[in-house]
Amino acid sequence: MNHQRRDTLKASGSLGVLGLLAAAGLIKPELAQAAWNKGAFEAHKMDEALAAIGAGKPADSTDIQITAPDIAENGAVVPVGVVSNIPNTESIAIMIEKNPAMLAATFEIPAGTIADVQTRVKMGQTSDVYAVVKADGKFYTTKKEVKVTLGGCGG
Amino acid sequence: MSMNRREFLQVLAVAAAGGMTLHSDIARAEAAAAKMYDLPRFGNVSLLHMTDCHAQLLPIYFREPNVNLGVGGMFGQAPHVVGEGFLKHFGIKPGSAEAHAFTYLNFVDASRTYGKVGGFAHLSTLVKNMKASRPGALLLDGGDTWQGSGTALWTNAQDMVDACKLLGVDVMTLHWESTYGAERVKEIEEKDFAGKIDIVAQNVKTTDFEDPVFKPYVIKVINGIPVAIIGQAFPYTPIANPRWQTPNWSFGIQEQSMQDAVNAARAEGAQVVVVLSHNGMDVDLKMASRVTGIDAIFGGHTHDGMPAPTVVQNPGGKTLVTNAGSNGKFLGVMDFDVRNGKVADFRYKLLPVFANLLPADKEMADFISKVRAPFIEKLSEKLAVSEGMLYRRGNFNGSWDQLIVDALIAEKDAEIAFSPGFRWGTSLLPGDTITMEHLLDQTAITYPWTTLTNMSGEMIKTILEDVADNLFNADPYYQQGGDMVRVGGLQYSCDPTAGMGKRIDNMMLKGKRIEPGKTYKVAGWAPVSEEAKDAGPAVWDVVANYLRAQKVISQRPLNLPTLKGMDDNPGVSV
Repeated sequence: MNHQRRDTLKASGSLGVLGLLAAAGLIKPELAQAAWNKGAFEAHKMDEALAAIGAGKPADSTDIQITAPDIAENGAVVPVGVVSNIPNTESIAIMIEKNPAMLAATFEIPAGTIADVQTRVKMGQTSDVYAVVKADGKFYTTKKEVKVTLGGCGG
Repeated sequence: MSMNRREFLQVLAVAAAGGMTLHSDIARAEAAAAKMYDLPRFGNVSLLHMTDCHAQLLPIYFREPNVNLGVGGMFGQAPHVVGEGFLKHFGIKPGSAEAHAFTYLNFVDASRTYGKVGGFAHLSTLVKNMKASRPGALLLDGGDTWQGSGTALWTNAQDMVDACKLLGVDVMTLHWESTYGAERVKEIEEKDFAGKIDIVAQNVKTTDFEDPVFKPYVIKVINGIPVAIIGQAFPYTPIANPRWQTPNWSFGIQEQSMQDAVNAARAEGAQVVVVLSHNGMDVDLKMASRVTGIDAIFGGHTHDGMPAPTVVQNPGGKTLVTNAGSNGKFLGVMDFDVRNGKVADFRYKLLPVFANLLPADKEMADFISKVRAPFIEKLSEKLAVSEGMLYRRGNFNGSWDQLIVDALIAEKDAEIAFSPGFRWGTSLLPGDTITMEHLLDQTAITYPWTTLTNMSGEMIKTILEDVADNLFNADPYYQQGGDMVRVGGLQYSCDPTAGMGKRIDNMMLKGKRIEPGKTYKVAGWAPVSEEAKDAGPAVWDVVANYLRAQKVISQRPLNLPTLKGMDDNPGVSV
């Protein structure tokens, strides 16, 4: 473990996650305050959420990889990462089908940036996690099941 | 102790003649011992593998399961075969010593014939001999080594840590070790094990920055050949066991990270790459089919004693998958013939450790006596006599667990009791006295508290469904590798092939249907939530009270679910 790095980051912890990403040069500061798509984040059905980000019916793609645990260790903070290998990826959205509000995050990807994002989401129950990618104006998707269990009783 | 092969066989013969109860014919006993352990060396790289000994320093009995169901793609595949089907699958002669070691068949009589299995002093003799006949051989320990006995619990794992150093373990990975807490594990790694035993685990990272907590792999040079040993800790430790014990560690299967570790080890020059895994066998089989470049996965967790490896095809070639059973009952011996920078051929044998056929190593026996001495009085307390056989292992219930749920219902004044589907826990023969040590063999964990909870019928169903899915999900990556929660008081039916939420049905209590909205008093133990710390007295105290009052434990029928759709499954035999 790199204690020095951890201490440095602790000291700068007040910046918050978006601030840290900006500090690390991962995203431009203005993106952290990008327009808030209220309708999308309040949608309670998958097709409503998709419509709100303008996706309609995205095509299944094998060029998108979701990195997430098969079984969540803690439903309150489930690490989810998405990599899009589709050329000219413009944005990535992460949706949790069984969450009351299913859109968990949207990322705008500036031209020339590697489309590789990570976040933590809250999940109350076992659900499919969707990544929806916009590239060259078209929408693509893939999904992965993340199980949320009661725990105990193992091995 | 260092012996050549001839001396070793002579010692075996003497031990065998003295110890075998029925084979009084010396020549026959000598032949049996010689045949069992006379394993000619093959190739130039040898790895010895033990796993899931669950802190059993002394020889014990351990009954293999008669229910080990495989569903979906695992139907009828190793390890999901039991009894006669198992013997047929692996070509083992019925009635032989091997048949006794690998199956539950004729368990009581065969146990009386062949005696106890395992024990570190006997295992040590075997390890020393195998190391002597295989220069450069390493001993790999797949984990679940520090938990499972009273002395391991009371010494905070120190007895097992010292025993493993004495045994000559070279590399290990983890599961139950983590239930001593992150700080204790790191203390042992950094102090006790420094320069002696490497802990490897490519899939344990910090929860914040995903920094590695342990070395992902080590490369050891055996007879001039670089061999990489990659660690895979139990992926679901913070789910199956309390997360508060390792709050800053994240686990998971992490397939891509495993592939990266394999590639890195190969790039560093490893000619042999093996994984020391605590995934459980079904997960290992799936991983072997998807990750390339692994020569062998040495598996544990699911306690499947597999006489032969499963050969798995993947896009990069073939990977051998082994599983070495539990409780110190077996030692796996893998010989690789490495030529032109890669594995050209192999031989594998999973040797049963029959205590009567292997003389105790004196140094280890002395150590064990010394480490047990302060606790002997407490361990040897006689609690009751068991009229029937007591065992745990099986998908749905075992007679030890039946006894525990009966005790919980009686002592906690509950209607229903749950006991976790642990796969460890030793066996007792009919007429044996149950001592405190035996009870601790079933219960010695760092979160032993008993609970009494008012639960709705709906919640009870949710729990049963949740655990059933952890056992029978068609995708091994969603399985946790334990057995079904043991249930007292409540009857139910189970269709393992149904989907999540649809396996459990016909839940009945004393002839009446369980109502979703009604509340029931449910006793349990081993709670994983932090809020449940110190919830009630330790389970061994509760069960000990029950046993002392009963004095004689009659053979009782197992509360088993009615199984649906399993009539033709080779993973069940009655």
